Amino acid sequence: MAYSDKVIEHYENPKNVGTLGKDEDDVGTGLVGAPACGDVMRLQIRVKDGVITDAKFKTFGCGSAIASSSLATEMIKGMTIEQAGTIKNTQIVEELNLPPVKIHCSVLAEDAIKAAIEDYKKKHAR
Amino acid sequence: MKLPIFMDNHSTTPVDPRVLEAMLPYFTTHFGNAASRNHSFGWTAEAAVEAARAQIAALIGGDAKEIVFTSGATEADNLALKGVASFYRKQGNHIITVATEHKAILDSGKRLSREGYDVTYLEPAKDGTVSPEQVVAAMTDKTILVSVMHANNEIGVVQDLAAIGAAIKAKNPKCLFHSDAVQAAGKVEIDVEKMKLDLVSLSAHKMYGPKGVGALWVRRKPRVRLDPMIDGGGHERGMRSGTLAVPLIVGFGKACELALAEMDAEAIRLRALRDRLYRGITSQLAEVYVNGSMEHRLPGNLNISFAFVEGESLLMALKDVAVSSGSACTSASLEPSYVLRALGVGDELAHTSIRFGIGRFNTEEEVDFVIDLVVKSVNRLRELSPLWEMHQEGIDLSTIAWTPH
Repeated sequence: MAYSDKVIEHYENPKNVGTLGKDEDDVGTGLVGAPACGDVMRLQIRVKDGVITDAKFKTFGCGSAIASSSLATEMIKGMTIEQAGTIKNTQIVEELNLPPVKIHCSVLAEDAIKAAIEDYKKKHAR
Repeated sequence: MKLPIFMDNHSTTPVDPRVLEAMLPYFTTHFGNAASRNHSFGWTAEAAVEAARAQIAALIGGDAKEIVFTSGATEADNLALKGVASFYRKQGNHIITVATEHKAILDSGKRLSREGYDVTYLEPAKDGTVSPEQVVAAMTDKTILVSVMHANNEIGVVQDLAAIGAAIKAKNPKCLFHSDAVQAAGKVEIDVEKMKLDLVSLSAHKMYGPKGVGALWVRRKPRVRLDPMIDGGGHERGMRSGTLAVPLIVGFGKACELALAEMDAEAIRLRALRDRLYRGITSQLAEVYVNGSMEHRLPGNLNISFAFVEGESLLMALKDVAVSSGSACTSASLEPSYVLRALGVGDELAHTSIRFGIGRFNTEEEVDFVIDLVVKSVNRLRELSPLWEMHQEGIDLSTIAWTPH
């Protein structure tokens, strides 16, 4: 299968790889997928005054999964958590030119954003 | 050294220049139909085909008259299973094979099941081997055929066909024994007498011959019968009609001749390269696991799982090297390798597997390049892997509530 240039670019030079302290108060962590399915994404956000000031990811998965999560972290930086929560997987599919068999990678990235926001909100529900 | 490097010699092999040279005259000069009995064009073609039969039969210890040419090993496997099942239907309806066989066998088995045959799929041991006791235990008085591949295409595990053949015939001399020997032929010794085989599937393009030709060896003494799947002019003793692909057959014969002459020396060289690859990788990377027996294995095969690194992403990093992966992402289905599953390898490790197939034209320099690239790429991808980070922190991944999708 041939990969789009954008997938290759994100795969070779992924943006925002890393780890934020998951126990820190201003950090939300989303861990989605399963090793047995061949992809796991961990996406983390740091939030200040409702705005995502930093985002990091690590992904176990194919090149398209790595690219999807790399792109997701770029997209959500600077957004409010409400804005980030409305991101749809189709935006990722379009931006990366993902073929049909790789659409689940974009779905996983959307799920990871939502899970990270959820985790952050849970911490601040009190 | 030229890039990209081809290290996927289980999928196919380049045609050996000596094979090509032998084939060329049969396209333009000696283009006759081997079935034309009435002029010299036909006689020349027929003589070339007969010489090729002898070269192919010699590789497996059979007789030239026992070779039935097919379009490839998929057709040979289909003909062996379906042809035998159909012909011997009155004697029984039970067939035994193995869960790690090629799809040509497994899917033929599935079709036969739908048609009322009983097919048993033996589960191999963790190292991929099947024992004679296991085969015999599955035999009933309805068993007409046992089919066990000689060497596996993914993990390179070589079955002890001599022991299995002896056990089958001791229990029931009439039960037929077939082997898909596509990966083994020309790599390890095959002797149809010692192994008590009745049918053997072969393919030219896995041993430096051309694509588009294969053979089913069918024993004549005692005579093994089968119903043909392709009817027509009655070629190949009525078992497979159709004009013979003379140039391809000539190439197939030459490939077998070379394989037989060079097998011993080539096996030593390939094993040394394979072991160099194995040591190079395992001495520099932790958490790598070989799939299948290292002892009973084709000399050029290495199948390794690189834990916490998904196979397709690793293939992407190895873009200058042609290898393949058991990851679901690289296959048409969404399942990881059924062969690794049958060995009891968990899906999470199956997704991280890479198959290296070292062949006749690979060099030590190429192997060293591959070692460096694999080590560098696995390290980079592990830095990207949340699973590797969790593993480093001592978290047991099996205790996490994952969200399968």
